[in-house]
Amino acid sequence: MYTYIAKRLLVAIPTLLIISIFVFSLQKLLPGDPILAMAGEERDPQVLEFLRGKYRLNDPVPYQYVHWLGAALQGDLGISLRTNQPVLQLVGEKLPVTIQLAIMSMIFAFAIGVPMGILAAVKKNTMIDYIANIIALTGLSIPNFWLGIMLILLVSVNLGWLPASGYEPFFSNPLRSLETMLMPSFVLGNALAATLMRHTRSAMLSVLSADYIRTARAKGLPESTVVLEHSFRNAVLPIVTLTALLFGELLAGAVLTEQIFTIPGFGKLIVDAVFNRDYAVVQGVVICTAIGFILMNLLADILYVLLNPRMRAAL
Amino acid sequence: MTAIGETGIPAAIDRTPSRAWRKLKANKGALVGLVIIAFFAILAVAAPLLPIPDPNATSWSAIRKAPSAAHWLGTDDIGRDILSRMIWGAQASLMAGVFSVAIAVIIGVPFGLVSGYFGGWIDMVISRITEAFLAMPFLITAIALAAFLGPSLTNAMIAIGLSAMPVFVRLTRGQVLSVKTEEYVEGARSIGLRSSGIITRYILPNVFAPILVQATLTVATAIIAEASLSFLGLGQQPPAPSWGSMLNVAKNFLSQAPWMAMWPGAAIFLVVIGFNLLGDGLRDALDPREA
Repeated sequence: MYTYIAKRLLVAIPTLLIISIFVFSLQKLLPGDPILAMAGEERDPQVLEFLRGKYRLNDPVPYQYVHWLGAALQGDLGISLRTNQPVLQLVGEKLPVTIQLAIMSMIFAFAIGVPMGILAAVKKNTMIDYIANIIALTGLSIPNFWLGIMLILLVSVNLGWLPASGYEPFFSNPLRSLETMLMPSFVLGNALAATLMRHTRSAMLSVLSADYIRTARAKGLPESTVVLEHSFRNAVLPIVTLTALLFGELLAGAVLTEQIFTIPGFGKLIVDAVFNRDYAVVQGVVICTAIGFILMNLLADILYVLLNPRMRAAL
Repeated sequence: MTAIGETGIPAAIDRTPSRAWRKLKANKGALVGLVIIAFFAILAVAAPLLPIPDPNATSWSAIRKAPSAAHWLGTDDIGRDILSRMIWGAQASLMAGVFSVAIAVIIGVPFGLVSGYFGGWIDMVISRITEAFLAMPFLITAIALAAFLGPSLTNAMIAIGLSAMPVFVRLTRGQVLSVKTEEYVEGARSIGLRSSGIITRYILPNVFAPILVQATLTVATAIIAEASLSFLGLGQQPPAPSWGSMLNVAKNFLSQAPWMAMWPGAAIFLVVIGFNLLGDGLRDALDPREA
């Protein structure tokens, strides 16, 4: 098992190197002199020269990359031009907020998507199946920023049930924190619920037609036992691995959700950085997201091996 | 939001056009999708001919007016007609969806063909680069690219196209791997046809169907991505109309003018559902396993 994990980690190295080249190259896309863009309003020649020296822009591009990569490997992703904080520190501060949003969204997605997928598979080609499919298609097609705006309009503006925006750390005021995160989590979890529903349905359908399920039914077991204990337990494998892979979608969705509900998380950080022309932060967020996504992929692979006895035996 | 690359395209594809077309015509969902797309496409193309006000014409006497006979969908924060902006906005959304997918296909498919056909180190290099790009969430890559390229509709389309491209490389490569071992490809090789000829005449037509399905579903994702970038201020720039940028303004006037937010979002939802329905229908029609 350890050899397998080590091998998978080794495979991730070239992927990360290519991502680092892409992220480094982003600043080369800036039209004109990147230092003028990085310096913002600042036009003092001494400051410009200092920045040029700091980022080694007078050196050849491959040398600049090696220097940038060396610093990144030591955790130095640059300094935010706006807050003067190290990028990694900024990301570290914002990440817990997004993780809370991600966990709550996943709870919503599971609570809606998995039961709906099971029900749709068990009641295949009935009205329940059609309705579940329509709900899933709607969930996949609805832009989550519009869903967020409509929910604010209905739940906050018209009904006044929940706050329209804001954030409270969970450990300082759990109730208030859950209250502020309820709508954003539903919005973010909605699209994931649709994806989970479709995958659960298809995984359940392939299991429900298996011989051992027919045997279980022939033995006279109650339908709930057949569905939940015999079928779902065997269909859960692709669902668990999919959950880890949905992490990337969660991060992308969080960008817009955090923007709408003014949640000071990872997603809002990249958008604010874009508008403040804080390019080091944009690069830092992209690279941290990619690392997170690769780690979640690795976790999905490990879970797949752990949960699948045949794979475990093959190692 | 549909995740690019999670569309479940079958490995084997029914390549009989007439049978596929019959199956598509029998699929009610796909037909509904086609009608929705056709409706918005006609609106977008006919926008200059329709008797609607100038989408950028402001009127200080008609600020945030509710839907009425004069303004069917109401007016916005500076008195512009929402219906007119919606119709002109359809151009931006559909154009962004189609052009960004065209960019992804035009770049991604040749790389996938070369990677799958030649194999070896070319395949290894292309596959590693593709995997790296797939490791970055689609929207975050698009935001980062759009941020560095500068905010504009053209740059948003380039950013979305480049972010969606790896999926087409991987899909095409996979299809080529299964097609290149077919007897007719072996036959073409044995009579001395050059690789470029084999790829364009024998392989490309046979990997076209799954690419078409993926492209249709990706248009839906690209339309949401363009709306998202415009919503964030990285796509279509004011005063030019776009559904995403209309929503961006509308969110500031939710309690005073809720209609400003309703229509553009509903339009995005409808067009996206149209492309998703058509894409699902095409996938079923082209899948030989489906009865």
